[in-house]
Amino acid sequence: MPDPATVRAGRGRRPGTRAGFAFSTPWIIGFCVFMAGPIGISLYYSFTEFNLFQEPRWVGLANYAALFDDQKFVRSVLNTAFLAVVGVPLGLALALLVALALNFPVRGQPLYRAVVYLPAIVPVVTATYLWRWVFNAQYGYFNQLLDKVGLPQPNWLADLAWTKPAVLIITWWGIGGTAVIYLAALQQVPQQLYEAAAVDGANGWRRFWHVTWPALTPVTLFQLIMGLIAAVQIFAPTYLLTQSRGNAAGGGPGDSLLTYTMYLFHNAFVFLRMGQAAAMAWILFLVIGLLTLVILISSKRWVHYGSE
Amino acid sequence: MAANSTLVDVARTAEPRPARPGPRRRYLGRRLGHHVILILISAAFLVPFVVMITTAFKTPDDIFSVPPRLLPQRWVLDNFPAAVQSMPFLRYLLNTALLVLLNVAGTLVSCPLVAYGLAKLHWRGRSVIFFTVLATMMLPAQVTFIPLYLLWDRVGAVGTFWPLIIPAFFGTPFYIFLLRQFFAGVPDSLREAGLIDGASELRIYLQLVLPQAKPAIATVAIFQFVATWTDFLLPLIYLNSEERYTLSIGLYSFFGQHGVEWGPLMAACLIFTVPALAIFVVAQRYFVQGIAVTGMK
Repeated sequence: MPDPATVRAGRGRRPGTRAGFAFSTPWIIGFCVFMAGPIGISLYYSFTEFNLFQEPRWVGLANYAALFDDQKFVRSVLNTAFLAVVGVPLGLALALLVALALNFPVRGQPLYRAVVYLPAIVPVVTATYLWRWVFNAQYGYFNQLLDKVGLPQPNWLADLAWTKPAVLIITWWGIGGTAVIYLAALQQVPQQLYEAAAVDGANGWRRFWHVTWPALTPVTLFQLIMGLIAAVQIFAPTYLLTQSRGNAAGGGPGDSLLTYTMYLFHNAFVFLRMGQAAAMAWILFLVIGLLTLVILISSKRWVHYGSE
Repeated sequence: MAANSTLVDVARTAEPRPARPGPRRRYLGRRLGHHVILILISAAFLVPFVVMITTAFKTPDDIFSVPPRLLPQRWVLDNFPAAVQSMPFLRYLLNTALLVLLNVAGTLVSCPLVAYGLAKLHWRGRSVIFFTVLATMMLPAQVTFIPLYLLWDRVGAVGTFWPLIIPAFFGTPFYIFLLRQFFAGVPDSLREAGLIDGASELRIYLQLVLPQAKPAIATVAIFQFVATWTDFLLPLIYLNSEERYTLSIGLYSFFGQHGVEWGPLMAACLIFTVPALAIFVVAQRYFVQGIAVTGMK
């Protein structure tokens, strides 16, 4: 009886080429229709002026040029940069601290881990509305807590100096996912390394800096890239914080909560400046690519891949 | 050398330090300290959550008390019927559930299939296709949503559920990647045994490989469940009539002309959160697994 594998191979093709292609068909179609195609088309749109109802009209680089004269665009870039540059590294540091605490050898660790992860499950709409209430200047519980420990109680969502810190607090409430990833990485640091460090007389801080941290750098790299990509696209929390009746294009006090993707959304679906919005999308696309590249290049200097 | 000698000193004192508070007491003290730190951290994460729950059970007088109190003076259930009746709550709930069901189904049909082909079959073009999966994992939705909106507009589907359902049946890069990593760890002998028995590739996949992949598939199903349940951007863009709203869009109706109805809103938020929480509690194992896998690779 002939071996089925040789029968297949005998048909002239490599075994499985047709099957492999068949298995991937959904993705290939989806990739072309929902991703590659739209990416290309949006590049074309970014060089045109149109508003959904008329045919696109070629305007060259005018959309890009107009953006840099646009006060709101500049505002949105600065707001987003602040949230990303301050929020992501601090968020990672907080997540790491929480993970170090979760890694204490105590009973009930799964329970603590579940509690920390809990807010990450809460729907973003719910979480943001909840924080709108918690941050309420008159009736909110947050300022009540600050009052109890003797700290000043800013009007979080109305004072333009405090709106962005409020957003950071909301996003940090959801760092449970990152903390759990750090915890998994912590648990994989080889125990012998700690024993060796103890023999060399390394204390807590040295142990962390020379054993724990190097082992965590690959995870940190991944989290940093994912975190920054998410941060430059932040939309739902800021949109929901500034949502108000009769003003579809809100940006919070002094536009202090107008993020990049919010302004993109306003351009596309409120002002119907589709060309302008497409140009913004492409700038974002390039910035994300560039950011990832820069971090990956820099990572050679600070990320340690263990031999294992 | 000075630095060296201090290191040695530390080493000498680190381990058997003379019994001042007694090693057992010190051990207990440290353990207590650990619990205190963990309880404080847990409290920080829990307090907003507690505010949501207690507000949902407060009377309006309680809600607007100055200074604000964490616990209600009087626990009442009124906010729940108020929440359900003040908007087409049931309709929003059914819409959301329908979208979740179809998205999970679509994901489970498409993603493991593609992932298996990329992990276990050897074919020309495989690396190119896998590269497209990796490259689009980081693609910001904003880059494609304008042309996609126009595409759906062209076929008259804006305002319907189709734009929120159909893409799931063509695979999500992130889940394909996750499942591919899993399938790569399934032994080749499984497929070879099937080939020797004369089974087709599809049958091998359906009957031999898929049953092995239950944990990974459960992970992806849960991720997709939560993602669709909580999704805000796509419903915001595509659903423009109230009878099609999902819960995430519909909750805004509590923000009225004359202020926000916080009691009913928090009650509705609670109802909206419970299913996501329930699935988390039931399937915590898969969550943690999935998060760990995605974080490590």
